[in-house]
Amino acid sequence: MSKPVIATASLAGCFGCHMSLLDIDERILGLIDLVEFNKSPIDDIKTFTKPVDVGLIEGGCCNSENVEVLRSFRKNCKVLVSVGECAIMGGLPAMRNGIPIRECLEEAYLNSPTVDPEDRLIPNDEDLPIILDKVYPCHEVVKIDHFLPGCPPSADLIWEAVTALVEGRPLQLTYDLIKFD
Amino acid sequence: MGRKITIEPVTRVEGHGKVTIRLDDAGKVTQSRFHVVEFRGFERFVQGRPYWEAPVLVQRLCGICPVSHHLAAAKAMDVIVGAGPGKLTATAEKMRRLMHYGQMLQSHALHFFYLSSPDFLLGMDADPAVRNIIGVAALNKDLAVQGVLLRKFGQEIILATAGKKIHGTGAVPGGINKNLSPEERDRFLKGAAPLNIDQMIEWSRAAVELFKDYHRKNKDMVDGFAEFPSNHLSLVRKDGALDFYHGVLRAVDAEGRKVLDDVDYQNYLEVIGEETRSWSYMKFPYLRSLGKTDGWYRVGPLARLNTCDYIPSPLAQKEFEVYKAYTDGKPNNMSLHTHWARLIELLHSAEVIKELLLDKDLQGAKLVKKGKKVAEGVGLIEAPRGTLFHHYRINDDDQITMANLIVSTTNNNEPMNRAVHWVAMNALSEKPEITEGMLNRVEVAIRAYDPCLSCATHAVGRMPLEVTLVDARGNVLQRKVR
Repeated sequence: MSKPVIATASLAGCFGCHMSLLDIDERILGLIDLVEFNKSPIDDIKTFTKPVDVGLIEGGCCNSENVEVLRSFRKNCKVLVSVGECAIMGGLPAMRNGIPIRECLEEAYLNSPTVDPEDRLIPNDEDLPIILDKVYPCHEVVKIDHFLPGCPPSADLIWEAVTALVEGRPLQLTYDLIKFD
Repeated sequence: MGRKITIEPVTRVEGHGKVTIRLDDAGKVTQSRFHVVEFRGFERFVQGRPYWEAPVLVQRLCGICPVSHHLAAAKAMDVIVGAGPGKLTATAEKMRRLMHYGQMLQSHALHFFYLSSPDFLLGMDADPAVRNIIGVAALNKDLAVQGVLLRKFGQEIILATAGKKIHGTGAVPGGINKNLSPEERDRFLKGAAPLNIDQMIEWSRAAVELFKDYHRKNKDMVDGFAEFPSNHLSLVRKDGALDFYHGVLRAVDAEGRKVLDDVDYQNYLEVIGEETRSWSYMKFPYLRSLGKTDGWYRVGPLARLNTCDYIPSPLAQKEFEVYKAYTDGKPNNMSLHTHWARLIELLHSAEVIKELLLDKDLQGAKLVKKGKKVAEGVGLIEAPRGTLFHHYRINDDDQITMANLIVSTTNNNEPMNRAVHWVAMNALSEKPEITEGMLNRVEVAIRAYDPCLSCATHAVGRMPLEVTLVDARGNVLQRKVR
């Protein structure tokens, strides 16, 4: 029988959830016997090459590209999981939601004390994706099946959830696993 | 009929990057660019927050080396609460050092074993499906286990000093919120094999040997790949020693002449400027004394071993001497030698961790100092990827009114663009067919700088690699997906 397939993505997050996934440490070498990895930033598979059983999403959506990636994950993954606060509620990047995006760009590029006045410009190019007005949690863009809280969720929580999902067990997330910090 | 190649996302780097290469009718490269495509707006939304939140907030720019941001912000806030450089208690400064060197160990191990070793051990042209840590494990399980456990050990040090492996809360303005208990210390010093510091030192030595051996067998490629002259910048200890936690700014040029020396980083605005370009959210820093065209510089392991005079730990110093002898003591400008330098730093970090663990000051009770408050502070640190700048101003209500950050990867923006251009010219230009291996070489060049693009844009995320050949009118001629 073929192994369950896992894919992961980091959208508008800090990569901390992926780091927490790596914090399963030695278990990662055993995980390889359990599952097969498909598209993920920790490997070189850049587009889905087969249907995926479990997709793990870190980060919310801050630009058009994040939305495209999230939609492609929904399309290709049977089960989709929001991993961590940014995916679940926008997290720290969503602190910009109360501020017009133009003000954020001006502060970074026009008001910076290290940039000389004649060099001040706001980046704008066909190769840059369009920034969204706000940072959106994943479930406002596509249907999400499970949510793993934490900033980041602990390695043990990710391990428990992933192994339960690939083995078809119900998720048994005890308080010590899901309590925040 | 020109063509454009896009590599997106760049994988096995930490963050979200994209490369575009434009070709003319003859397949000759006319332009290459390495873009950072996400934007966060951190500088604006941190305004109004109380200053003491900064060390906890800003680290969430980046989960790869959150400790660097945590400590750079804490160092800036030390200045603001009147407990700047030299004024912390011995316990606080050494706990922070232990946290930071633990992070160096985990980050360098992550970068080499998880992200870069597949290129060396499996080959740049290996099947992308196995070109990862799992492929490394299939080839050499012991080595993969060593990489995993080196990173784990560093993460455990961070847990013991910061309270959490990722996004901890250990450092506070003016000090630290815990010391190291004798039980924690003994676990690191005398833990059951393999998780004790002596084993980590041994494995770090072996990692240096592994790269030296690879170098011996692949000299021409390792030496020649994306080699170009540049300036180099880092903090060094006042006496010229390598130091990741604190020091003065020093820059050398490609020949080793000192361009900057002994600069107090509170005055960084006088020596560093940044340029903005329309096609990337990442700015382009430069040394003001040399100007925008010539003042760009590298940071990180390669730069640090070019600027420092020596390494203050015996085993790493010995390796440093071998490394320096290879370039006759001159600055090393070979991009792939960054891996060699990084592994020497891995060894140094393990040695420093041991030295700190044996220091009784870590069990001290005096954790926090306060002095006369000022309205502005700058905090610098040598993050795993290079010099990290944090600069804040606050108002009378203790709210942040200005934040300016220059992250390590931003400092390497121009060098990474040069490295991409080198590969574009040498591996892609005027070739009849573009192969996956050629494109991976572009990423190998970027990967050498271990870019943390989450920091740089203050974001992350990655996309499929898709190569599209487009004619001058934008018509798609050929699409290759891997």
